Amino acid sequence: MDGLRLDGNAVAGLLQEVFAVEMTTAVGTCSNCGASGAVGAVHVYRGAGLVLRCPQCDNPLVKIVRNDTHIWIAFPGVRALAIAT
Amino acid sequence: MAGTALLGRLTWQLADVVDIVAETPSVKTIAFDVPGWRGHRAGQHVDVRLTAEDGYQAERSYSIGSAPDSSRVELTVERLGDGEVSPYLTEELRTGDQIELRGPVGGYFVWEPSQYEPVLLVGGGSGIVPLMAMARHHAATGSDVDMRLLYSSRGWDEIIYRDELERLSANGVTLVHTLTRSRPPGWAGYARRVDAELLAEVGPSPSERPTIYVCGPTPFVEAVAQALVHLGHEPERVRTERFGPTGG
Repeated sequence: MDGLRLDGNAVAGLLQEVFAVEMTTAVGTCSNCGASGAVGAVHVYRGAGLVLRCPQCDNPLVKIVRNDTHIWIAFPGVRALAIAT
Repeated sequence: MAGTALLGRLTWQLADVVDIVAETPSVKTIAFDVPGWRGHRAGQHVDVRLTAEDGYQAERSYSIGSAPDSSRVELTVERLGDGEVSPYLTEELRTGDQIELRGPVGGYFVWEPSQYEPVLLVGGGSGIVPLMAMARHHAATGSDVDMRLLYSSRGWDEIIYRDELERLSANGVTLVHTLTRSRPPGWAGYARRVDAELLAEVGPSPSERPTIYVCGPTPFVEAVAQALVHLGHEPERVRTERFGPTGG
């Protein structure tokens, strides 16, 4: 069991900082397995940066790294992101 | 489900510590007055940021335990021995101090009284905190929704909010404790880990289509969520919030 594994709730503040909307209820679709689910339910691994992984197939969905002046976000595994308006 | 409102930029602000209460030997509730606080929803959290003299910053996310109608923002924090933030919050912080926080944030792990379906709350240790906001909100709004709380603690003295939970249980929330390591003399309640059998005994049946909120350490949450799905609950009705042992 990996103690560093959290979930999408833990990055709610960071994602809201970037997107300016509440993102844990947004629904993402994994480009690997096609599963859809709430961002709040994805697995989050905290190391030097953050990696959000698909809870179904473990595919890396989003990678986030920040320093004092920038936030870098890569979306290696998200096919679509549905955000309520 | 509530729509996603445009919230604008999330900014850090200073909050005043107005009260500190010891809940258990390792857990404290810290009450803040946050100028301009626009309220929160039951289950949301805040980010807390500490800055050292050399500029080093550490950020952690803490669930809000107070009900949405409360004028204060209360965080209940467990001291983790090797944590960067929780030892400061539980040992060093004093009434009158200020810290930086931002929020409220989150929307996935939230309960609204307008949800009519039965609710099962399953908490492990300090995972009770966001669930307590939901139970308090249930009581404060006079909700008649079937809300049940299954709370796993190591021992009697480690039950957070113990007296208030008893009051809530006399006031509409069905409360079930299980004590996993030590029991007081004469303990007649559950004395085992939360498993499928216990969840079936305590919770609404899958046919009632309850929404289930599970919060606790990662291994606890994953074991409970798996057991719930095994019992036939719909995975999308099982909402989870994990905190890691390194989250402090």
